[in-house]
Amino acid sequence: MKLTRRDFIKNNAIAATATAAGVTIPGIKEAVAQTDDNIRWDKAPCRFCGTGCSVLVGTRNGRVVATQGDPDAPVNRGLNCIKGYFLSKIMYGKDRLTKPLLRKTNGKYDKEGDFEEVSWDEAFDIMAEKWKSAIKQGNEENKGKPVDKITSRVGMFGSGQWTVWEGYAASKLYKAGFRSNNIDPNARHCMASAVGAFIRGFGSDEPMGCYDDLEHADAFVLWGSNMAEMHPILWTRITDTRLTKPGCEVHVLSTFEHRSFELADNGMVFTPQTDLAILNYIANYIIQNKAYNQDFLDKHVNFTKTPTDIGYGLRPTHELEKKKTGKGGKLSKISFEEYAKSVEPYTLEHAAEISGVPKEKLLRLAKLYADPKKKITSLWTMGFNQHTRGVWVNGLMYNVHLLTGKISEPGNGPFSLTGQPSACGTAREVGTFAHRLPADYVVAKKPHRDFAEKIWELPEGTVPGKVGYHAVLQNRMLKDGKLNAYWVMCNNNMQAAANMNEEGFPGYRNPDNFIVVSDPYPTITAMAADLILPTAMWTEKEGAYGNAERRTQFWREQVSAPGEAKSDLWQLMEFSKRFKVEEAWPADLVAKKPEYKGKTLYDILFANGQVNKFKKQTVTDDRGNKYNNHEMEHFGYYAQKGLFEEYRRFQLEGPKVGHELADFDTYHRVRGLRWPVVNGKETLWRYREGYDPYVKKGEDVKFYGKPDGRANIITAPYEPAAESPDKEYDLWLSTGRVLEHWHSGSMTRRVPELYRAVPDAVIYMHPNDAKKRGLRRGMSAKVVSRRGEVEAMVETRGRNRVPEGLIFVPWFDAGRLINKVTLDATDPLSKETDFKKCAVKVVKV
Amino acid sequence: MALETKKLGRDAINSKGWLAAHKWLLLRRISQLGILAVFLLGPWFGIWIVKGNLMSSLTLDVLPLTDPYVLMQSLFAGHLMEMTAITGALIVLAFYMLVGGRVYCSWVCPVNLITDAANWLRNKLAIKGGTQLSRNTRYWVLAMSFVAALATGTIAWELINPVSILQRAIIFGSVSAWMVVLAIFVFEAFVSQRGWCGHLCPVGAFYSLLAKFSLLRVNAYARNKCDDCMECFAICPEPQVITPALRGEEKNISSMIMSANCTNCGRCIDICSKDVFKFDHRFNKKISIKVLHQREVLP
Amino acid sequence: MSDKKSSQSRRKFLVSMARTAGGVSLLGLGLGVYSRQSLSLPAQAIRPPGVADEKEFLSACVRCGLCVRDCPYDTLKLSGLMDDVAVGTPYFEARKVPCEMCEDIPCVKACPTGALDPELTRIDDSRMGLAVIADQESCIAFKGLRCEVCFNVCPVRGKAITLDQQHNARTGKHALFIPVVHSDACTGCGKCEHACILDEAAIKVFPHKLAKGELGKHYRLGWKEKQKAGDSLVTPDEQHEYNLPEGMRYDYEGEGLIQQKQDTPFTDNPLDRLNKGIQH
Repeated sequence: MKLTRRDFIKNNAIAATATAAGVTIPGIKEAVAQTDDNIRWDKAPCRFCGTGCSVLVGTRNGRVVATQGDPDAPVNRGLNCIKGYFLSKIMYGKDRLTKPLLRKTNGKYDKEGDFEEVSWDEAFDIMAEKWKSAIKQGNEENKGKPVDKITSRVGMFGSGQWTVWEGYAASKLYKAGFRSNNIDPNARHCMASAVGAFIRGFGSDEPMGCYDDLEHADAFVLWGSNMAEMHPILWTRITDTRLTKPGCEVHVLSTFEHRSFELADNGMVFTPQTDLAILNYIANYIIQNKAYNQDFLDKHVNFTKTPTDIGYGLRPTHELEKKKTGKGGKLSKISFEEYAKSVEPYTLEHAAEISGVPKEKLLRLAKLYADPKKKITSLWTMGFNQHTRGVWVNGLMYNVHLLTGKISEPGNGPFSLTGQPSACGTAREVGTFAHRLPADYVVAKKPHRDFAEKIWELPEGTVPGKVGYHAVLQNRMLKDGKLNAYWVMCNNNMQAAANMNEEGFPGYRNPDNFIVVSDPYPTITAMAADLILPTAMWTEKEGAYGNAERRTQFWREQVSAPGEAKSDLWQLMEFSKRFKVEEAWPADLVAKKPEYKGKTLYDILFANGQVNKFKKQTVTDDRGNKYNNHEMEHFGYYAQKGLFEEYRRFQLEGPKVGHELADFDTYHRVRGLRWPVVNGKETLWRYREGYDPYVKKGEDVKFYGKPDGRANIITAPYEPAAESPDKEYDLWLSTGRVLEHWHSGSMTRRVPELYRAVPDAVIYMHPNDAKKRGLRRGMSAKVVSRRGEVEAMVETRGRNRVPEGLIFVPWFDAGRLINKVTLDATDPLSKETDFKKCAVKVVKV
Repeated sequence: MALETKKLGRDAINSKGWLAAHKWLLLRRISQLGILAVFLLGPWFGIWIVKGNLMSSLTLDVLPLTDPYVLMQSLFAGHLMEMTAITGALIVLAFYMLVGGRVYCSWVCPVNLITDAANWLRNKLAIKGGTQLSRNTRYWVLAMSFVAALATGTIAWELINPVSILQRAIIFGSVSAWMVVLAIFVFEAFVSQRGWCGHLCPVGAFYSLLAKFSLLRVNAYARNKCDDCMECFAICPEPQVITPALRGEEKNISSMIMSANCTNCGRCIDICSKDVFKFDHRFNKKISIKVLHQREVLP
Repeated sequence: MSDKKSSQSRRKFLVSMARTAGGVSLLGLGLGVYSRQSLSLPAQAIRPPGVADEKEFLSACVRCGLCVRDCPYDTLKLSGLMDDVAVGTPYFEARKVPCEMCEDIPCVKACPTGALDPELTRIDDSRMGLAVIADQESCIAFKGLRCEVCFNVCPVRGKAITLDQQHNARTGKHALFIPVVHSDACTGCGKCEHACILDEAAIKVFPHKLAKGELGKHYRLGWKEKQKAGDSLVTPDEQHEYNLPEGMRYDYEGEGLIQQKQDTPFTDNPLDRLNKGIQH
């Protein structure tokens, strides 16, 4: 068909309009079809938050050219937030890393040198050399120590953004291969308090409910969660329920007003840390008004208390740590009456006074929880978790739901939302924490270690029994020179961890240490490293994520990574080839398994007959499209499948039930399944008869994570924050995220449209506070704490309206590192840092 | 060449009578006004003989006419017109090639009414001088109009073309017509004599290009009778065209006015008391001694 | 002497040439700038049917007014010197006289030059502009009032403007009927703008380039692509099964958890009822 210039212009105009409108106009179908030609579509979960939206990824000529929300995905039904809208651009930032980079002077590694391109061989050579010397030193120090006392000088900081098998492989390489429990994920900054409280309360990690609660609840209460920005698609579901269900209420609690307050029927701004008091008041109100569910309490609940005054997870030399009188989190049983007495001081008056929330608002909230006719879903994220009493406050939330029996049924339940795309699926479920093993097993318990060693075919005593260094401790140990070979993968912890001036940066730059960072982009963390490994991201590799509602979702490799970038999985497995088992394990351990003599860690951990069980094959979908799998190509077997199937044995063969996943191939066919998947059936609500296959008929509810099937109500008092404003540092500082940027912005700030939307972090500040300091909106100011300072622009309007006495600064901005200012106080139980509270002052520049 | 302008035409009236001394003028006015009237019959009285305007029109629902100049501009702007317009342009082209391109200027174009009026006033008030422009400026403007079309991709010249703006304003009844009338009138009367039609107008320049082979010509067939009264030069809007024909006898130049810029207005015929000029066809060799290919004479 | 004279005249000639060329170039430059400005068609001026692109149109329209002559409703007019629209070109203002969308499109037929695309034979395919609810604050439909005048006058009924039924959160019980314009059907005739009952119309027809946003090429709307393809682009999901108590069903595609209606209030097992005890 010959087109005149006019036809051409006209067709293009109509085609553009038609494409935008998603319609086909007769006569120009050809033109529209042409632009779509040769795009191959396949499904993948979104790269960003814990919501777990699914997208279809459009690939043409080896490049992701477009995405669309997956209309068949139950989570998002074709919708995406603005970050998801730009997924197709995140892999194509101008400064992608494509070659390993090593600090060198005169052709040799030098900690003070400049980065130079090196080959993978050279990179792994120097890395292996450093690892081997650190392991050797560790093995000497461990001579004669029992397995539950041994320590290690190698470590790793991993991620809730790892794929399931990457997390599993990393955990196995460290815990079994290097015999180091010093592996922790960035989920420590994110979900650790929720994990701790789930385990203490129910004996099994992760929420009992699912996203269907968002349609079934009569009321929603947000505790320290700005879902409107941080879980945008889930927020549309809550909003829709609020708009369409008669009598539906939304209560929002936070230390400042944010986007989610716009939907709030009852918005409450409370003084930081006083959520502890408010929750105890609600419990007290329920008890005083006899609104508790006696039958439920009798059958399904134990009352306990936790030690108090347990410190703030700071270095032992810190004043606050010296003053503490209590320790740890060992629970002791109490009676209902004792429990009632423990919350008795939290009267409405007291709660209102300490929290600064008007009485009538608190009363309305308490009445809501007490109303037996209202189904309530409580939701929270970092407001509860990043809290020096994070495990407590999570537990106090469960107390309220357990008292009223509003749990584990459609619309009723406490729902801890996750931040990261696979905080659940990877960090938590495969056990990449310093204290965990896959499927809720822990390193501290010998039977659990034995079970892991059995599946991994390792000699007894391979997995160390001492809990490794958690995230915050890793930075401290780096600084103290006790952790010397350190690998940071799939995160940007220099920007993300608190108190970078005093702990993070000195640790990385300690001359005793060798720091490796694997990342697709030159992040702040990479800048602080000694060796940078270029990394494949998202759909440049085959992957799996598990979202906040226990939904596991898979994707295939869609495109090749640029240059020499390799996936985390490739890096982990390939690196393991560099170690003869004798170089990692002491001789007596090797002697227990003589057949391993002379073998490499790779042979033992990966080419072990299980991980390499599945032969090389062509990855196809049912439409006949073929997909690459670079790892399979390289290693000669279907490594992802082998790792996943080996990991499943932890769920299927151990004494703990309720974590079962379906088999590998099924996940490639479905839009995700919510575990436990038993006999091919998904589980929507756990612990409830009928919904949960592990609750027998007639049991009604059973918290089978606990030996007696009962959940714990754990009383805990209000205790003040680690650092509160005083005369000099007179403001609270809270940090957090914004809708447009994911975490440290390493991906989203490289999307021009998102960067333009929110280029810089600003200081959200009350106009009166600004005025008092001679500041106006748009002026530059310094946020100063005892630890550091950062300069940013003052914002007195905009999306966050903070109360007087508090400022909010987002942390996505690599140009304004707010974590120079924050305090590394952590929950002594969960070891999760409190990024929401420290004392600062703001001064004019 | 000192000529008392106020006496212009008196000799012709005296010798031929008023009517004969204004014959072609009257016919031209009838033509100019008649064309406008035909266009206005539709909108004023509902008698639709011709629709459109001089840019493009449709007569009796069958005869399309299109200005070839605007078609050319459109072509430069990157648009090839529909057959209707092309046919219309070819008809117009053929017509003017026959009768002389610039017949458009003196017999059709309504701007001529204004410029003539301005010059009448100029004579009455004996206004002398003003800005001197090269008569070749119009070819520059013509070229510029094509470059502008090419560069902007639109028929840019039409945004300011007073010729079409005036026609359209009259035919479609717009007040802005009078602003154009005034502007041209003032320019012609006080700024530059014959400035628009004789020096600047690219429409005239374009049509002059068609005149090379046109049949209809003014013939100074009785140039031997010329008494050098100079009135024809005074009245002629393009006086440089007369010289070779009238004064060329010694140089064996034809008495036929061959210049492309002769508008065939017949003013010289009217004003000449000796009847030196007449309309003729170019192949009438009876009187012509030798037809030379002439270059335009620069003023 | 004559040499001097000729060199003098040559110089005079060159100076005069330069002056002319300079002057004309300046004029040309001015014209160029003016023509750029004239491309920015004012928002209220709508072109007749068959104009896809303003620049393309201005390369073809000879300002003859034949379309205006043949417009039976006197909708079209030619712009004058004082109008903002490129002088002499046809346009209309919807709020004054909208296009009646003649079946035979006489204006297009009248156009001798093709400035109005002769291939436009179905008036429904014309895209003169695009109606936009320019002011949702004033539009009373957004307040829940039952207006719908624009919807009712729309000649492409039910396609160009539809009413989106939404929940009225304020009253809690009265649905909102929100007019939504669909660019795949709206011809830009302006009947809606003309009819809008407000003092100043809330719905306005704008030229396409003003009215239309464009989705980034890197993103598609999943459900529309699915609709277009007739089925899921990627393997339709497998049948999911769930652990559910008796009497419950889970609708994967839509509603989620559903309580199944029972034919009687009794269960299969009489003991269920007998052991429950009599409740008050």
